[in-house]
Amino acid sequence: MSDIKLTVNGKSRSVSADPDTPLLWVLRDDLALTGTKFGCGIGLCGACTVLSDGEAIRSCSTAVSEVKGKKITTIEGLSADGTHPLQKAWIAENVAQCGYCQAGQIMNACSLLAKNPKPSDADIDSAMEGNACRCGTYLRIRKAIHRAATEA
Amino acid sequence: MAVQKVSRRDFVKITSFASAGLVLGVALDAKQTPKSKSKSPAKPHDLGSFVQVDDDGIVTIWVSKSDMGQGVRTALPMIVADEMDADWKNVRIRQAFFDKKFGRMGTGGSSSVRTMYQPLREAGATARAMLLAAAAARLGVPADTLAVSDGVVMHAASGRKLSFGEVALDAGNLDLPKDVKLKEPSAFKLIGKKMDRIDNHDIVTGSATYGIDVRLPGMLYAVVRRSPSFGSKVVSFDDTKAKAVPGVKKIVQIDPIGTDLPWSGVAVVADSTWAAMKGRDLLVVKFEAPSPESTDSLRKELRKAVDGPMKRVVDTGNVDTATVSAARKVDATYELPYLAHATMEPMNATASVTADGAEIWAPTQFPDWANGSVAKALNLVPEQVKVNVTLLGGGFGRKANPDFVLEAALLSRAAGAPVHVHWTREDDMQHDYYRPASQHRVIGALDPDGRLIAWNHRFASPSIDTYYHPSTDKPHDSEIGGLDDLPYSVPNVRVEFLPVASVVPRGWWRSVEYSINGFVINSFLDEVARAVGKDPIEYQLAMLETGRKIEGEGPAKNYPFEIDRLRRVIEVVRDRSGWGKTTLGDGRGRGFAAQRSFLSYAAQVAEVTVGADQSIKIDRIVAVIDCGTPVNPDGIIAQVEGGIVYGLTAALHGQITVADGAVKQSNFDDYPLLRIREMPKMEIYIIPGGAAPTGTGEPSLPPTAPAVANAIFEATGKRLRKLPLSLRTS
Repeated sequence: MSDIKLTVNGKSRSVSADPDTPLLWVLRDDLALTGTKFGCGIGLCGACTVLSDGEAIRSCSTAVSEVKGKKITTIEGLSADGTHPLQKAWIAENVAQCGYCQAGQIMNACSLLAKNPKPSDADIDSAMEGNACRCGTYLRIRKAIHRAATEA
Repeated sequence: MAVQKVSRRDFVKITSFASAGLVLGVALDAKQTPKSKSKSPAKPHDLGSFVQVDDDGIVTIWVSKSDMGQGVRTALPMIVADEMDADWKNVRIRQAFFDKKFGRMGTGGSSSVRTMYQPLREAGATARAMLLAAAAARLGVPADTLAVSDGVVMHAASGRKLSFGEVALDAGNLDLPKDVKLKEPSAFKLIGKKMDRIDNHDIVTGSATYGIDVRLPGMLYAVVRRSPSFGSKVVSFDDTKAKAVPGVKKIVQIDPIGTDLPWSGVAVVADSTWAAMKGRDLLVVKFEAPSPESTDSLRKELRKAVDGPMKRVVDTGNVDTATVSAARKVDATYELPYLAHATMEPMNATASVTADGAEIWAPTQFPDWANGSVAKALNLVPEQVKVNVTLLGGGFGRKANPDFVLEAALLSRAAGAPVHVHWTREDDMQHDYYRPASQHRVIGALDPDGRLIAWNHRFASPSIDTYYHPSTDKPHDSEIGGLDDLPYSVPNVRVEFLPVASVVPRGWWRSVEYSINGFVINSFLDEVARAVGKDPIEYQLAMLETGRKIEGEGPAKNYPFEIDRLRRVIEVVRDRSGWGKTTLGDGRGRGFAAQRSFLSYAAQVAEVTVGADQSIKIDRIVAVIDCGTPVNPDGIIAQVEGGIVYGLTAALHGQITVADGAVKQSNFDDYPLLRIREMPKMEIYIIPGGAAPTGTGEPSLPPTAPAVANAIFEATGKRLRKLPLSLRTS
């Protein structure tokens, strides 16, 4: 166990954890930020996606020691009140069915739009391929990303 | 009527919630799935859903069904609010928790809107009538001079108004009205309109609570090493190293409890998920010798079964005589694999067991089943077990079973603290209640004009029913749907079935046997039509007799199979897809399938492209559904999209294989889900209709795989009779 300092959603946090603990479990179990979800544990489904210095990472397979000094953003920190363009677009398109994977989808889309503010369908497919949705909301995800890109 | 008045005192007693106003209780019906063939009349059970109107004007609707993505937390309140003429902005929902007094609450069989539509309309209309009566008394005018709109009662002649909140207390003191008139559908304001999902905001901000998100003071986290081979029990274990992991609190052996908890294992309970997982890695567990069952051994047994003597389920006319005299026969064998549900939220549950009883928080489709099995396992009475239903991160039938809830309850009792049991993806993939593997041999006999005169359908699988009731000898409720009411005008039909032994647990996988039988029926019909040079759609239509109805039984009694409605979805999909009007070119093809399931009618046309490398790409799916009165059309479209994607995943990727009695797949690398890049264009049409609403969660799935297989045949001339579809191995 060691004390690890993190910046999560703009706040400095200190946790006592094994350095090899995946960031996901530090967020969920130590910091009570349960918006970030567990899906597969090995970076295959994207449910656990958060931003590290603006870049999408899979928190289930990133050790907490690897993100020391980085700025971590989770779904809870995307906006103060759910008004980020992606969140508004997700609501407008009624993307979610069960909703479980959607935090990861939104965070991954956020990383995409930061790099490519006007993505094509092919750009979206390529960026979002690592995010699985068992309910089958992919077409609405695509529409919502286009909507957010237009309204941002 | 299913509606009862609940006094404010009783309401507190039942729910522990207070109300300052009017409370109505809605009784739930005991028989909820069309699969149940019981002839006994449904008895109204205790109240499970409530409509509350408080003096602040807030209308609270208790949702007694689990939401796993199908949108019942939006659709069910819409039904109440519409009849009430409530202001949707003032409508709140509360998820009903289960305790014994609530009767049955299970969510499955695409039955929520179908079974709750009438009771919830009655509840809404009753609340409206009582609020109106209270307003009439207050204003000193006859009730029929008042109008209601958006939660406000108005007296047009005087311009006076009273809000629901202002008359809620008075209304709560009135007697229940004897007769309540429901709205004419033309007066609906919410039903039939696109409504945003009630949980949208919580989902996109990460504040929605799924089972996996439940956190209690002093809660411990557990993971379980379960026997990889089904049926093998723990012989012994060495936990020395596991116990040495910092944070690990306790090691607990879990013994199986029939089919409610078929897993034997050893749990590591710790103060964090990660500590529990690290501890589990260091556990050394010896299990009994594995079962020798493998996918190959089961395949041989299934093959033997479909070629040998079976049990007759349907026998109309004389198939033998008709077949002997036939001009031509088509004899085809189909094969489907075991499938896992793979919900994005894996199994998990939280329990707090104390001397007084147990409280559960779980993403469960059947809180009543969980209640009964936890009470039995802990030697409690059901009244001592409260089950709180969280949001479900997918369900698809998997979260009907109470196994994960039982684990949490047993572990909380053993640890003397609240425990959250977490399943990893590998745990989930390898310890499911799988859609049964199956083989089917269909022998069709044709007359000289190419018409089917006999249909012999032979079906073998490790059945769902025999998993739960090994000695059952009745027709198999979860096997023969779609076969016991074949709608085609074929004079001689014989359906035969034989369950085959397997150690693999079986369960209800989205659309259950319709996903299996729909594939076989529609593949076979396409095969026959093409064999005699007929257009597959026209061939099916020619066998669907206009005006005919097949009476249903049991809960389906009021929902006859109306052949005209099946014809209609087929005709609409034909016309909307461009079927027969345009050709698609080399390497491309169109395929069609239609299936009635869960009392709704669905038809689809798929367009595919087969690459030079034999890859299969789905370009477009046109889907039509007739589910009676559409309550939330956008929600229905979402369900159809979802059913198609679930169906495509099964058609192209899904396969669980077994070796040494254990599942070989473990995660999304070897059990891939359809990804965004593979998405076809989709066009979805809802038939507008005034019939009572029927299922939408499942009926869109069965046509997808056969439509794709039939399209591949048109593109390549190759008939794929095995799922998942592949041109590379067939």
